[in-house]
Amino acid sequence: MSKDVMVTLTVDGLEISVPRGTKLLKACLDNGIYIPSLCYLDGMDHPPASCRLCLVEIEGRPGPLPSCSQTVEDGMVVHTETDEVRLLQKTAFRLLVSTNDGKCRLCMANKHCEMQKIAKFLHMPLRTKKLRHIPKDMPEVIEEHPCIVYEPNKCVLCGRCVYICSQQNYDFALDFAKRGFNTTISFFGSREEGVGDYCRNCRACVDICPVGALNLKDERDAFLQNLQAKISA
Amino acid sequence: MSSNPTPSELLSELTQAAEKQWQALQNPAVPVIYVGHATCGRAAGSQETIDGFRDALAEKGIEAEIITVGCLGHCYAEPLVTIHYPGFPPLMYQKVGAGEARVLVNSFLQGGEDPCFEYLLGALEPNDTFPTLMDYPRYLYEKRVIMDQCGLIDPHSLDHYLAVGGYQALAKALEKGDKWVVEEIKSAHLRGRGGAGFPAGIKWDIARQAEKTPKVVICNGDEGDPGAYMDRTLMESNPHQVLEGLAIAALAVGASRAILYIRAEYPLAVSTIEDAIAAAKEHNLLGERILGTDFSLEVSVFQGSGAFVCGEETALIQSIQGNRGMPQYRPPYPAVEGLDGLPTVINNVKTLSTVPSIVRKGSHWFKAIGTEKTPGTAIFSVVGDVEYPGLVEVPMGVSLEHLIFEVCGGIKDGKPFKAVQIGGPSGGCLPESELSTSIDFDSLRQAGAMMGSGGMVVMNDETCMVEVARYFIDFTQHESCGKCTFCRIGTRHLLEILTGLTKGEGSDDDIAELQTLSEETIIGSLCSLGKTAPNPVLTTLRFFKDEYLAHYREHRCPALMCRDLIAYYIDLDACARGCDACVACCPTEAIFTTSNRKKAIDQEKCVKCGECVYACPPEYDAVFKVSPPEMIPDQGIKPLDEKKEENNE
Repeated sequence: MSKDVMVTLTVDGLEISVPRGTKLLKACLDNGIYIPSLCYLDGMDHPPASCRLCLVEIEGRPGPLPSCSQTVEDGMVVHTETDEVRLLQKTAFRLLVSTNDGKCRLCMANKHCEMQKIAKFLHMPLRTKKLRHIPKDMPEVIEEHPCIVYEPNKCVLCGRCVYICSQQNYDFALDFAKRGFNTTISFFGSREEGVGDYCRNCRACVDICPVGALNLKDERDAFLQNLQAKISA
Repeated sequence: MSSNPTPSELLSELTQAAEKQWQALQNPAVPVIYVGHATCGRAAGSQETIDGFRDALAEKGIEAEIITVGCLGHCYAEPLVTIHYPGFPPLMYQKVGAGEARVLVNSFLQGGEDPCFEYLLGALEPNDTFPTLMDYPRYLYEKRVIMDQCGLIDPHSLDHYLAVGGYQALAKALEKGDKWVVEEIKSAHLRGRGGAGFPAGIKWDIARQAEKTPKVVICNGDEGDPGAYMDRTLMESNPHQVLEGLAIAALAVGASRAILYIRAEYPLAVSTIEDAIAAAKEHNLLGERILGTDFSLEVSVFQGSGAFVCGEETALIQSIQGNRGMPQYRPPYPAVEGLDGLPTVINNVKTLSTVPSIVRKGSHWFKAIGTEKTPGTAIFSVVGDVEYPGLVEVPMGVSLEHLIFEVCGGIKDGKPFKAVQIGGPSGGCLPESELSTSIDFDSLRQAGAMMGSGGMVVMNDETCMVEVARYFIDFTQHESCGKCTFCRIGTRHLLEILTGLTKGEGSDDDIAELQTLSEETIIGSLCSLGKTAPNPVLTTLRFFKDEYLAHYREHRCPALMCRDLIAYYIDLDACARGCDACVACCPTEAIFTTSNRKKAIDQEKCVKCGECVYACPPEYDAVFKVSPPEMIPDQGIKPLDEKKEENNE
């Protein structure tokens, strides 16, 4: 391919070529360099840069920067494993798991959870000892939606579900609600029909959730029943 | 062929009538009464003052004119009234309630006999009889650029603003052109007064050179710091100055749309600005083809719903677009890609209010004020334990000590100074040793605090610094938008540790965690809310570490503030037999009579509200606070046995 459309950069000493305009995070992931991330999805124009896990250091630029929000440039020199990057990633991870009770065996996302993958990569436990366990000030399980169950303490508020819903439905059947530590994902509905009225039941949010915080009610019930049977057996 | 009149010529037609009216006011035929009637004045009862004047004047049949003006910044003296009696210089009176208004009418306005020295603050003009305001340190040290006319003109009168030189800067800018304006602001080195201190001229230039059109300018009036009210005062007291600055900014960047983002909790600011927009439009100073030129500007007000984070420019844009107010990653900066993807310049109210005087008087004049790196003035709302709280405008570069002790009269009741929280909830707490710090963006940042938008809380030695840190973190963690991990969860953990400390729970590990988590939150957060939120924690840890240690090692609050670590007791020697002032005020009936008919506190029932301290008559002064609670001396207290007493009788 010609030089106009490709950009060459160095990541951790490895030279890679990617199409111009690619986000740095995607460029790395496509070339086999793993950077943990939760909130980024392919095709986002303006990634939220909210999970603060995909940090990298770029020579000539101040401080660790979220790689999801950097566009590749020719000659860029990137480091993904510096001490400062790792320190911040570990703290961010620790903060994210501090709201959760770490009972992975009871979770539908067990073994394909993004948090488990990141834990393995960062060599971190899924239950933090350094920080206190602070659950959010709301019920463990929210069943307001007729067919979707939401578990706020598992949720890492990456916003993937909000993004995918806005992309597929062109209106927000779910969005962020409340503020601060108690920020949550909430389904919206009309006064007449109630919660979930705008939802087209496309299950895109359930499928995109990296941590199993959103599940279909039927599937979750079946999973828990199955689990109960296994435990008693 | 006669050429079209220039903007200046069109403006001078408007100004002539206004000046005549203004001149008449300066040499009044009947007494003129100016009443400070902004939000602060109203809270202090200025409406009752106005009614009091009206009633008293009507009763006596005296003819006088009452004019409502904005706020002068002297909050300690509200309601403020200026009386211009023919033959006298304009005299300013403090704390004028309805009763004082009546006295002033009877003694002064009726014949001009007694100018009521007892309520007098000072005369506005030099004279032989009355002390002038310039004799006060406050006035001597203040340098008013932005607040120049605040409290002196009627905010609802376009004529007043025109008479004091209003809209001349706009006319000049229209004649000189956009490029000149940008260069002038750049060369004045005007830095954004919203907190970050980014040079306004550079921001304007980026937007001016952006290709996309139409462009937008936004005035950020989403002032949310607890205890700060500079922007509100400017919008309520001199709205046209804000609008003129906004119009000049729009002209400079080539914008055709201007929005004033004002929080809905400021109803008076919203209505004052809206009235001012209507008046300016009517006189061709805003709207279509301003002052006969090709420049048109559509101005509107957007009311924010009061989320602190919406003061952050990207969150503010989201809010206007109808989305949840969550900050976005920058770049792209709003000047390149902002509201609806259009180049958008967002400036603070104070920044825009400074613009007209720079354009009118030139960048050289402006650069002569303040420091080399930060020219101009700073407005602070100084609150807390100072003698004269209120709004002060001082040149950049004066020291904190000067501001607190000279301009604001020092600490109330002569108590010792302990710390000053500067820069709002995300600023830093500086101790006495840092009082020589100069007030400008760079020096304050170096000291660990920040300029912020101008909130300043002064604290005396009865303030616990751990509690102060906990209070501000509680505020920021509640106001966090919840988007990024560090700000959402990190600040919550900081709060958890700090709350524990105020109860005497904690460990050396907790202090270490407090330090590292604060530092990481500053680096890791997405927007400036998270990037500055731990500042109070870090500065108090740095300057008041002993206090932190005392809390968890000795279960002692050195400032005697944290309720879980203190106890109240009544000194039996000081307590007066038969007095029961404290008993009546105690909300939990914790105070009982002892066997020698004095009073004591039942520690089990006491909720440590401190009411009894205030209730105890000063001549006895018998209630004392101690920390830790075990420090209460054993006075051998026995409750009065009422049955026994009855039997004896």
